[in-house]
Amino acid sequence: MSEKKQLTARDIRSTYWRSTFLLGSFNFERMQSMGFCVSMIPAIKRLYSNKEDQAAALKRHLEFFNTQPWIGSAIMGVTAAMEQERANGADIDDAAISGVKVGLMGPLAGVGDPIFWGTLRPVLAALGAGLAISGSLLGPLLFFIGINIFRALTRWYGFKYGYAKGTEIVSEMGGGRLQKVTQGASILGLFVMGSLVSKWTSINIPLELSRYKNAMGEEVVTTVQSVLDQLLPGLMALLLTFVCMWLLRKKVNAMYIIFALFGVGILGYWLGILA
Amino acid sequence: MTTLEIILVTLVAAICGMGSVLDERQTHRPLVACTLIGLVLGDLQSGVIVGGMLEMLALGWMNVGAAMAPDAALASVIAAILVIKGNQDKATAIAVAIPVAAAGQVLTIFVRTLTIFLQHKADDYAEQANFRGIEICHFAGLSLQALRVAIPTFFVALVAGTDTVTAALNAIPEVVTRGLQIAGGFIVVVGYAMVINMMRAGALMPFFFMGFVIASFSNYNLVGLGFLGACLALIYIQLNPQFNKAAGQVGSVKRELADDELEGL
Repeated sequence: MSEKKQLTARDIRSTYWRSTFLLGSFNFERMQSMGFCVSMIPAIKRLYSNKEDQAAALKRHLEFFNTQPWIGSAIMGVTAAMEQERANGADIDDAAISGVKVGLMGPLAGVGDPIFWGTLRPVLAALGAGLAISGSLLGPLLFFIGINIFRALTRWYGFKYGYAKGTEIVSEMGGGRLQKVTQGASILGLFVMGSLVSKWTSINIPLELSRYKNAMGEEVVTTVQSVLDQLLPGLMALLLTFVCMWLLRKKVNAMYIIFALFGVGILGYWLGILA
Repeated sequence: MTTLEIILVTLVAAICGMGSVLDERQTHRPLVACTLIGLVLGDLQSGVIVGGMLEMLALGWMNVGAAMAPDAALASVIAAILVIKGNQDKATAIAVAIPVAAAGQVLTIFVRTLTIFLQHKADDYAEQANFRGIEICHFAGLSLQALRVAIPTFFVALVAGTDTVTAALNAIPEVVTRGLQIAGGFIVVVGYAMVINMMRAGALMPFFFMGFVIASFSNYNLVGLGFLGACLALIYIQLNPQFNKAAGQVGSVKRELADDELEGL
């Protein structure tokens, strides 16, 4: 009996590097499948020596695949572990491997999308943009370096963790840990979004409601905006945000909404309602 | 523009185009893409500022599941060129960037459809266990995405220094340009709405309103607000009964005993 086949440190580095191009050939038919297959090539080469097994493995990993790209590395780790067991003689069929891939890609995208796209990137981008608008190079640097550190760590340790834990990771999903992280990230994200709506949206409605001279002889002008500001600064921005959320939930294309808002801006300026 | 500048700008566009599909190193984000254009055109400052302005607008542009974001890469690259070489003011360039992002999205759809042919070619290679063939198909797809941004940018770069683009933009009436600038002030809410919708957490919405009210009535900057939000998140998780199942079970056992006692009496 020959020694147990397993990935070398070099294979893992190669998989990592390849995985950073996961979405390169994204297409509408099978999405990230080619990227996944290319990322699995070092493992396939290491684990299977005859042509037939290799071809079968390649075909297995050209199946439909789509998830949040960074966290996808954890799925590659689990898949590599299963392929390894199979190559070493364990009774793992194609369906089991496909099942784990499909079973993980949905839930992990559900965890990865809100954490990375919903929280980490908008928060870092907002911080960076704030600095950049004042002309500071620190803004882009903060965003670029910050987000890439998180990305690289997620990929590297995601693969390592998935590979080490193998199929165990599936049951791990049941535990509350991932849910805690997701919920915590959502809270931070929502909190920051709330403050952005107030801080970085400018709507000014200078429409005059009244104009009179007070006892001191000073002219007092009341505009729609000054009344709104007394009520709650940023109220219009808040309402507009909710209108957009509602429209988006109604599956209205975001580009249409953006164009419509441009229309509102032009029309509002023309009518003298907005400034 | 000099030949060297055109070549450099096209190269940057290719890198951003790849970043756009990969969503990996984030080179397609306005903050990075505009800064890179600024760097190669010798006006880093303008690039950084345009990047910051456009990034605010594009905050919610993301690829989630099969959904596709408007194309930040092409929009960023062209907006930065227009400001630095076309001598347009920044707000106008941002307004121009929006239709460009929509056009870029159409190009993306086109390339992603085209890549299906490569997918089927890869199937044939898999049959023969041809590793190299699959790798070539994969990276050919990536190259198409690079060209998708590089080619339009090349043509814009050719004319941006000359009067063509500038004259066309100056012909836009004031009511439109000013209206676009005003809209630019609140159009960011679409991005916010996308992000909030994605977290789709009704029970957590109080945190959104807390952020809003605290920011409205205070002068805290984003770093301060970020810390506050992180603390709230930690406290919530620590106190949430959902995550304290063990403690909850102890409670229910006790109640059962109490019921028994009552029945016994």
